[in-house]
Amino acid sequence: MENQQTVAQIKDLYLNFYTYDGVVKALDGITLDIKKGEILGLVGETGSGKSVTSLSLLSIVIPPGRIEKGHVEINLKGKTYDLLSLNDATMSCVRGKYISMIFQEPRAALNPVYTIGDQIGEVFFHHRKAELIESAITQLRMDLETASGLKAAIYKRELSLYEKMRDDPKSRTVWLAQKIPIVNRFRNRMKGAARRYIVDMLKSLNIPDPGRVIDMYPHELSGGMAQRAVIAMSLSCNPVMLIADEPTTSLDVTVQVQILLLIKDLQRRLHTSILYVTHDLGVVAETCDRVAVLYAGNVAEIAGVIDLFKKPLHPYTQALLESIPRPGHKFVSIRGTVPSLVSPPKGCRFYDRCDYAHDRCIHVEPELIEVEKNHSVSCHLYYGET
Amino acid sequence: MESLMTVEDLKKYFPVMGGVLRKKVADVKAVDGVTFDIYKGETFGVVGESGCGKTTLAKTLLRLLSPNAGHIFYNTPQDVAESIRSLEKDNPKSKTLKRLLKQYDHAYASGSRLRKLRRHMQIVYQDPTTSLDPRMLVKDIVAEPLVSQGLQRGGSTIGRVLETLQMVGLTEKHLYRYPHEFSGGQRQRIAVARAIITSPEFIVLDEPTSSVDVSVRAQLLNMFQDLQKDLGLTYMFISHDLSVVECISDRVAVMYLGKIVEQAKTSELFKNPLHPYAQALFNSIPVPDPTRRRERAPLSGEPPSPVNPPAGCRFHPRCSLATNTCEREEPPLVDVGDGHYVACFAVNR
Repeated sequence: MENQQTVAQIKDLYLNFYTYDGVVKALDGITLDIKKGEILGLVGETGSGKSVTSLSLLSIVIPPGRIEKGHVEINLKGKTYDLLSLNDATMSCVRGKYISMIFQEPRAALNPVYTIGDQIGEVFFHHRKAELIESAITQLRMDLETASGLKAAIYKRELSLYEKMRDDPKSRTVWLAQKIPIVNRFRNRMKGAARRYIVDMLKSLNIPDPGRVIDMYPHELSGGMAQRAVIAMSLSCNPVMLIADEPTTSLDVTVQVQILLLIKDLQRRLHTSILYVTHDLGVVAETCDRVAVLYAGNVAEIAGVIDLFKKPLHPYTQALLESIPRPGHKFVSIRGTVPSLVSPPKGCRFYDRCDYAHDRCIHVEPELIEVEKNHSVSCHLYYGET
Repeated sequence: MESLMTVEDLKKYFPVMGGVLRKKVADVKAVDGVTFDIYKGETFGVVGESGCGKTTLAKTLLRLLSPNAGHIFYNTPQDVAESIRSLEKDNPKSKTLKRLLKQYDHAYASGSRLRKLRRHMQIVYQDPTTSLDPRMLVKDIVAEPLVSQGLQRGGSTIGRVLETLQMVGLTEKHLYRYPHEFSGGQRQRIAVARAIITSPEFIVLDEPTSSVDVSVRAQLLNMFQDLQKDLGLTYMFISHDLSVVECISDRVAVMYLGKIVEQAKTSELFKNPLHPYAQALFNSIPVPDPTRRRERAPLSGEPPSPVNPPAGCRFHPRCSLATNTCEREEPPLVDVGDGHYVACFAVNR
């Protein structure tokens, strides 16, 4: 495990929301790293900063939020880029191509007035245009060999347009040709190429009858199918990293299992790193390789999934695992409530709900330290042991 | 055990309108022939996927919706229920039957009789943010059932409201606040207070914990159990969170596309599910144990639309044990012993 290359890294990220009630300190020095080909689970309650963390990986900060300090770094082809310092144009090349996202509610993520094919095709046209052009050219060359007369003349015209498009993306001729009706039909070849890619894509996601599904509108699909379409969209550029923000919360248990297995299978096949955001510990146990537990904008604990479930170190993780209902036992709850993030406790943010709290916890904020190999925890209880 | 509510062959269809004249073209068979008993003082769990008719069933029991057919005997004397059944068989058009139904069958109640029945049965909805009026103070929200039932006038309710709020773990200082000032868990407590203020016997809990966090969920569930002990309540607990149902219910019914496919004591059902759908459903629950990972999904596909459900057994297109009989005939709900009911040919054969 230790030789694994880090794909993305969040370093000491502070993020505040400026609201009328005051400054909400949503993220308070989050440090995370995602290794190549792993599924990292991000667990926490509502308001613990799961979604904000995952969005900051795409450098999306929703106002009134603002990133105060910190770095979000991604390794691409041996180089490290700080996403927060990239400009919008560069960032839009990264989103969807290198890092993509699956959202919680598939119906809300899809546009209701475009077909599934159109929407997935948009990703292809944005990020993989060169491939589409290349594919159109090869097909045209093949057609030219058999064509004759007027048809051959038209094909030759089309071919020259495509070659111009390939060599000079900003060519005025191509731009003009795309604007003229009838002439702009030459683009259909690119659409056809995209369609073939999309059908293959849908087929690999176990969607029955992809040729029909591609022309359907989102409302015609069931929840599970719509989620598969969203997954297809997010995987269409073979991203190095995929962020899944509670992708199965809105689905039924029987469909949830299917999607979980699909995501795991894709990760094995494509070696994509996945950041899996969820609040369901059962789902975490089934899918993730490593887990980060968030509490009130802090990372409480990071460990391998088996270590975390067998030997949770942070009192919050322990309480969270105990709160899983077990038949025959009384329901165990965590006393108190999540502190207000407008004026969070000065020391450990969990101290007033913690059974092991002592003076130090009230005044000093614990740091995330590696207690055992690949098992880090931010709790004063474990400071002596290192 | 004494039965509080006996439901027989209850049906609730929603019409689908279509065409130029907006005529009825089809029915959504949300609840299609459901039969069960709820005993006094127990928690009756109902589980199933979304769209299987859990909530519609609950609303029909409370008569927030009117059923298309069937009986709901609520606190009805045994002999009356018997005579209704025999009359319906022999002489379905008799005046006596009509009178008896109107008087004793909750499914046919209307007017002031229905209004009086309402104070005995209440509901707690899934999402307290939408079920509480944002412009009413907590004291008014909780007092509303008393006022609308004519039990107490507006001014005199405050004592009773405070008493009820204390029962659900809220205090005097919460009386003059608006719902938005509370956390999700506290809001759900307000909704529960509103439900128990008329001292009902029967409460439907429609996914009461699905909108709150894990740590708060346990607090709410403990509160439900304490209230049940103190007030002698009977619950119908609807949820798709099977682990919660397993812990809180005495008996559980599994629904699929408007029908009950299996019903048994909780421990029996979770240990030994007989219906293939129940087996698949329980196998689909993610287990919080990373050493036990599955390789195959227990069930492929998704539930079909309830507008035209498959003929015969509704589960047969997804079932691995399906035979020709399943495609043609509908399996009846049969007792296989010790109050364990299953509707499956493969089990009953």
